[in-house]
Amino acid sequence: MLRLDGINKIFGGLTALEDVSLSVTRGSITGIIGPNGAGKTTLFNIVTGLYTQTSGQVYLGEKNISLFAPERLAGLGLVRTFQNVELFGQMTVLENAMVGLHTRSKSGIFSCAFKIPSQIREEKYIKEKGLKWLEFTGLADLADLTACNLPFGKGRLLEISRALAVEPQIILMDEPAAGLNSRETVELASLIRRIKELGITVVLVEHDMELVMDICESIIVLNLGKKLAQGTPREIQENPAVISAYLGEG
Amino acid sequence: MTKERRQILIFLFFAAAVLVIPFFLKGSYFLNVLVFIGINTMLAVALNLLLGYAGQISLGHAAFFGLGAYISGILTTRFPVDPWLAMMLAGFCAAGLAFVIGFPILKLKGHYLAMATLGFGIIMYIIFNETVGWTGGPSGLSSIPNLHIGSLFFDNDWNNYYLIWIFTLGIMLLSINLSQSRIGRALRAIHDSEVAARVMGVNVRILKVQIFTVSALLSAVAGSLYAHTMTFISPVAFGFNFSVELVTMVIIGGLGSIYGSFLGAAILTLLPELLRVFQDFDIVIYGLMLILITMFMPGGLISGIETLAKFVVSRIRGKQSNA
Repeated sequence: MLRLDGINKIFGGLTALEDVSLSVTRGSITGIIGPNGAGKTTLFNIVTGLYTQTSGQVYLGEKNISLFAPERLAGLGLVRTFQNVELFGQMTVLENAMVGLHTRSKSGIFSCAFKIPSQIREEKYIKEKGLKWLEFTGLADLADLTACNLPFGKGRLLEISRALAVEPQIILMDEPAAGLNSRETVELASLIRRIKELGITVVLVEHDMELVMDICESIIVLNLGKKLAQGTPREIQENPAVISAYLGEG
Repeated sequence: MTKERRQILIFLFFAAAVLVIPFFLKGSYFLNVLVFIGINTMLAVALNLLLGYAGQISLGHAAFFGLGAYISGILTTRFPVDPWLAMMLAGFCAAGLAFVIGFPILKLKGHYLAMATLGFGIIMYIIFNETVGWTGGPSGLSSIPNLHIGSLFFDNDWNNYYLIWIFTLGIMLLSINLSQSRIGRALRAIHDSEVAARVMGVNVRILKVQIFTVSALLSAVAGSLYAHTMTFISPVAFGFNFSVELVTMVIIGGLGSIYGSFLGAAILTLLPELLRVFQDFDIVIYGLMLILITMFMPGGLISGIETLAKFVVSRIRGKQSNA
């Protein structure tokens, strides 16, 4: 589904990622873990086109997407959420979800300004779909609220709804449980499972080990910019290299 | 009542008010002021699409206004071009220019974008002033023909009023439609978080250039209308001061509100008339207004009015339920 081949990323003189190769199976939930500074977010930024890698290739299915811009990746069904929740704060909750349908609709400036019939139909479709995704994440009641007024946990759900509205094949979540309380984290776990049931591949960077071990089928460990291990939660927990990376050589 | 219904009603009410107002006014002075409010409203709405929705500043929008006015003026005075055709050509040229400069300029952000558009405005102002052979230079371009439809000439205040306001209402309606569509949402998304908009598949670079182009097109049409109704134009009207005045209209009225742009345009057109007694101190009062509004009413006057309306409605409802 998603395959990285020999990714290197050098910032100035600092090597953030060194020869990272990995693959994510279609329809799975994959976790990427590692101590702070391991290069997890850098990896996400490269896959989603926000950074350009120094060398190496990224494939989505059979397609080489190495140098694709984020807006092009959305059209191909690759979306992400952000660690700090990037909402459109001045827009309503529903409008946020509706922006997710941007690539699934096509009326241009002039058809929108003159409200031609096909645009009116499309607008109705966008609204229905947007609402449908808000129902999926349980935000439908808050549809008319301005997004910046949402509590943090709900904001995170909205970001996920908006990403789902893109109708992605694969969704990358950057620390989805950060800042959530334990009840919200449990709800998030079940939401991620429901997303998987839709046939969407999920990749997440996460520090909450309990969550990762609970929902991920495959785990990739990064340390100091290198891939340390890849395997099932059990294999990872028993891997001596992983244990020493987390606990120190000690 | 659904939100959409209410918006249609508000627009119809506004349009009806605009169309009947001249019947209640005596003398040409007020009609003339209202013509200026109409032209400024078109310009403020055009700038609002860029500044209020997409969040991209332009300190050179008076240049597009001037470009429209001069292209229309030159084509109709120095060549036997029909004024309507001249208006279309003015729109196309301004849009073309905006499209070409938009790609490099709109890569810039914040202060840098402000500086670049400022520079563009100043360059255009110098061109209007210095190409004396074409524009008449500082002494202006006169005897620009009026627009006409058959034998109906737009050469008096009454006809001009309806000409200008039909265009203004049209531009307002199109902009309202645009703001409530996927394009409008994408523009506001750029304003709030460019990176998230990109991840959602919004082609930020192209969309910024597109809205800059549309904004320039509308400003140039307003410029052409200005040239043909005033029949005289000179560079002073298209300088840096007016660009700043346009930004002030949009901010005072309310960023991202089409009716707010009307309100801002109306206030900034009326104020100089009212403040004549203060003479040169009017600039101080503009500045003060801008400071006070950005501090206490960041949504502009229109948001203040909405809050007030909601408050009144809730009070009335409260009283009814008590009774």
